[in-house]
Amino acid sequence: MAMEKKTAAFEYAPAPESRSVVDIAPSYGLFIDGEFTEAADGKVFKTVSPSTEEVLSEVARAGAEDVDRAVKAARKAFEKWSALPGSERAKYLFRIARIIQERSRELAVLETLDNGKPIKETRDADLPLVAAHFFYYAGWADKLDHAGFGANPRPLGVAGQVIPWNFPLLMLAWKIAPALATGNTVVLKPAETTPLSALFFADICRQAGLPKGVVNILTGYGDAGRALVEHPDVNKVAFTGSTAVGKAIARSVAGTDKKVTLELGGKGANIVFDDAPIDQAVEGIVTGIFFNQGQVCCAGSRLLVQESIQDELLDSLKRRLSTLRLGDPLDKNTDIGAINSAEQLARITALTETGEAEGAERWSAPCELPSAGYWFAPTLFTNVTQAHTIARDEIFGPVLSVLSFRTPDEAVAKANNSQYGLSAGIWTEKGSRILAVANKLRAGVVWANTFNKFDPTSPFGGYKESGFGREGGRHGLEGYLDV
Amino acid sequence: MSETPTRLSVFKTYKLYVGGKFPRSESGRVYEVVDSKGKWLANAPLSSRKDARDAVVAARKAFGGWAGATAYNRGQILYRIAEMLEGRRDQFVREVGEAEGLSKSKAGAVVDAAIDRWVWYAGWTDKIAQVVGGANPVAGPFFNLSTPEPTGVVTVLAPQDSSFLGLVSVVAPVIATGNTAIVIASEKAPLPALSLGEVLATSDLPGGVVNVLSGRTAEIAAPLAAHQDVNAIDLTGADAELARELEIAAADNLKRVLRAKAVDFTADPGTERLTAFLETKTVWHPTGSLGASGSAY
Amino acid sequence: MPTNAPAAAFADATASDGALRRFLHGLPGIDPVGLEARAASLGTRSIKTSAKAYAIDLAISMIDLTTLEGADTPGKVRALAAKAVHPDPTDRTTPHTAAVCVYPDMVATAKEVLKGSDVKVASVATAFPAGRAALPVKLADVRDAIAAGADEIDMVIDRGAFLAGHYLKVYEEIAAVRAECGEQARLKVIFETGELSTYDNIRRASWLGMMGGADFIKTSTGKVAVNATPANTLVLLEAVRDFRAATGTQVGVKPAGGIRNTKEAIKFLVLVNETVGEDWLDNHWFRFGASSLLNDLLMQRQKLATGRYSGPDYVTVD
Repeated sequence: MAMEKKTAAFEYAPAPESRSVVDIAPSYGLFIDGEFTEAADGKVFKTVSPSTEEVLSEVARAGAEDVDRAVKAARKAFEKWSALPGSERAKYLFRIARIIQERSRELAVLETLDNGKPIKETRDADLPLVAAHFFYYAGWADKLDHAGFGANPRPLGVAGQVIPWNFPLLMLAWKIAPALATGNTVVLKPAETTPLSALFFADICRQAGLPKGVVNILTGYGDAGRALVEHPDVNKVAFTGSTAVGKAIARSVAGTDKKVTLELGGKGANIVFDDAPIDQAVEGIVTGIFFNQGQVCCAGSRLLVQESIQDELLDSLKRRLSTLRLGDPLDKNTDIGAINSAEQLARITALTETGEAEGAERWSAPCELPSAGYWFAPTLFTNVTQAHTIARDEIFGPVLSVLSFRTPDEAVAKANNSQYGLSAGIWTEKGSRILAVANKLRAGVVWANTFNKFDPTSPFGGYKESGFGREGGRHGLEGYLDV
Repeated sequence: MSETPTRLSVFKTYKLYVGGKFPRSESGRVYEVVDSKGKWLANAPLSSRKDARDAVVAARKAFGGWAGATAYNRGQILYRIAEMLEGRRDQFVREVGEAEGLSKSKAGAVVDAAIDRWVWYAGWTDKIAQVVGGANPVAGPFFNLSTPEPTGVVTVLAPQDSSFLGLVSVVAPVIATGNTAIVIASEKAPLPALSLGEVLATSDLPGGVVNVLSGRTAEIAAPLAAHQDVNAIDLTGADAELARELEIAAADNLKRVLRAKAVDFTADPGTERLTAFLETKTVWHPTGSLGASGSAY
Repeated sequence: MPTNAPAAAFADATASDGALRRFLHGLPGIDPVGLEARAASLGTRSIKTSAKAYAIDLAISMIDLTTLEGADTPGKVRALAAKAVHPDPTDRTTPHTAAVCVYPDMVATAKEVLKGSDVKVASVATAFPAGRAALPVKLADVRDAIAAGADEIDMVIDRGAFLAGHYLKVYEEIAAVRAECGEQARLKVIFETGELSTYDNIRRASWLGMMGGADFIKTSTGKVAVNATPANTLVLLEAVRDFRAATGTQVGVKPAGGIRNTKEAIKFLVLVNETVGEDWLDNHWFRFGASSLLNDLLMQRQKLATGRYSGPDYVTVD
């Protein structure tokens, strides 16, 4: 009686986003004092698309001399920029926000090409958040007197900012928007594997008519980053990246007047109680660790599940992971894109091998990995204990470590048993339990019955070795004001 | 060179702005609007009590959606109003110049300031909650959070002298926080306010969020001050005697009242007008036991 | 046709109103924000070319082509039935719809036109759409439809009883209608999700329906303000998935009302595909309760075949 079963299943045909909306030049210079210029020593490096290993462009590699030039330009621009009425600085930032909205499709495709993350994420998460962040801080520029830091709070001066490759443009927005709103000028170094969107942003600054030298972009490697944060004429250092580098920066600024904010690693616990809304919890676990291939500092990389529902939850989770679509990041139906670099892939691979060697049980979603590019199948480890390396070290990849607990106290104790303290998740239908557990968690961001939600008004940042200072919201102004 | 034949210009019919539409006054009546030298400029609708009641219905209908929109969305829309005004700057410079007897450059400065005021309040929409709200450290196992919420439908008597900058300065803070407004334009200089309605209508602002009435201020304000479905009133455009009468009428349903006082609209506006039409909601959430009693949560 | 009879598995849970309440309220809760976000994210899938062609034909074959108006006449029902058999008279490769759905008094008329075709006749019953009648009246309604030849019965639950917490009454009514349908008709149980209001209620009603012996669970009558939505259909899909895992019994799903165009229909098929998988991707297990949807699917089908956008003058108006 049933309609004859179709032989073909419901296979989604390829639905690639058009690459033609973005025009990538064969080479780019450094953006210093409003102009694109070559590096002083003429050095360049290539940036590749991690999903194909295709070379996208060749960009200048900044050295110490370029850093000095950029800091000087920023210093020169600071005097006028900081003296502008806040309402005028606001208007520049509003312009930037609007141009980003207008060019968001182009920037989304660019980001996907350079980073390897799915277009679905750059289109629906990164770019809307970038524009919103500039819009939000634009509004603060002429309201600083009302922000709770006392009357007439002053900017610091030149901000040296170093950002990671996982959310290149969003991390740029988190750094530049509050810095400019408060009247600082900036020198920003994007990560060496994802330099392009910052260079496109430089072009947006020009379109917006931003005065020369207010924003300077230096593409390059760690040596340029170090030269920047150690430069004696930098007043503020803002860094997002690994805890190891964060510690080195903290040491290097010791004894100086530099104000520092650090947003570092994490090993977020996602705690699922037996009365959780299970279907949404499964989605939250997936979002928590597989969003952006798990290359997220606040990822929920440790699943703490109440033992009484562990088997049921893991069955649901594995079934759900089997529906994830891994492949061409430009395809609108792709859920899991490429790992950002060969180096990162090697690190993920090594840590998962350690996990197996230490006796944890590995399960990977059945999916075919493309032959070119850097890929890692969504993976989870069961039988993980607090003693395992994969329960303690940040993997920064699509790998979930599953631990169990028996009581809420045990869940809290295990969640807090980490050098990190950036994020945590709580899944339960019981309101008082949400609030009690949230109270006890030593983490800067706690998500209840949701995960990986971001908003420009919401302060973000960690406890313990996840760094200090907050980005976003009213709190995010403080790191850029002399208060 | 031949003489260019004189072209007969097209006069504009000024209309009210109510519920996103541009009706004529229900009264069918108009009154003459003259410039600072007494020269006739246009006829403006003479709003009736019925127009005022219609405006309340429109404002109430729009309130849920506008108050429920995200603060970010409201900010985007207020900024859009600034963008639209920038494009019609010349028109407003002319209208303000005629209304207030200002030179072109002085009128230009007034219009620029009005545009910037929209930008100022566009930025406030998603910040005011962080400044005036917050967590309260109560002595007990509760998470206690206070957040500001819009009061509701606000009647605004726009200032009589500052026909545009003053108007924008009193309307923008009311809607920035999610209230909806019924604005009574300056009686002798209503044209910039009526033209602002045309800008609002093309700025993604939902119909009914701002409703603009022109006519005799005292005549329109009286039923609005007494109206039981109006939550607040800004008396800026009332003289002392009218203000007292309206405040008495407003007491009937305990409207929030912002009293009339002299305002320098060119100065930094601060937050007073934003907070005048906000309620504070405080919510207590049990957090379970935090003591040594163990897993009570 | 096997009768779904998981009743034995739930003997304890259905022993009393209290037991049934404890069972239903013990089901995992639903966080509405997360649920709606998941439904919306699946709505962003981009279905193109060959996948779209497949989905359009699949959707056509899943339609319960429906007319449920006070003004229904034999002429209207005959036209509808004819359209169900040959939706596009210009293209005989177009699949027929799954069924036509009519009031009980129109079943015989529809049956006559559909004789010899594979198109089923579904009939609403049990005092549709309000369900406000005594059980004997509802059962008579069902008997009448079946006697006239209905292959499928679309019953409504007693939402008043459900919202008052009288779950056992709802359960017993469903079981009684199931028994009345016997071997002759498949039973679809309509919850009127718009009146149940919360997603938790919709999940509980889904289990109640399946425990009572539903062959299909169905969102709505199409007669209230909120009918089928991606989110409430996702709740039903999760319920049939979990029910099969618990009992081994597969139950069909039918969103009804408010699905008017191809784009929306494809979003529902994506929901099915990614929530319960291909076991549900045929018209024995998934249906659309719709009327205007069919013409939009036909226009899109013509567009795929010819490369030109079609227009309303190129599909039949019945």
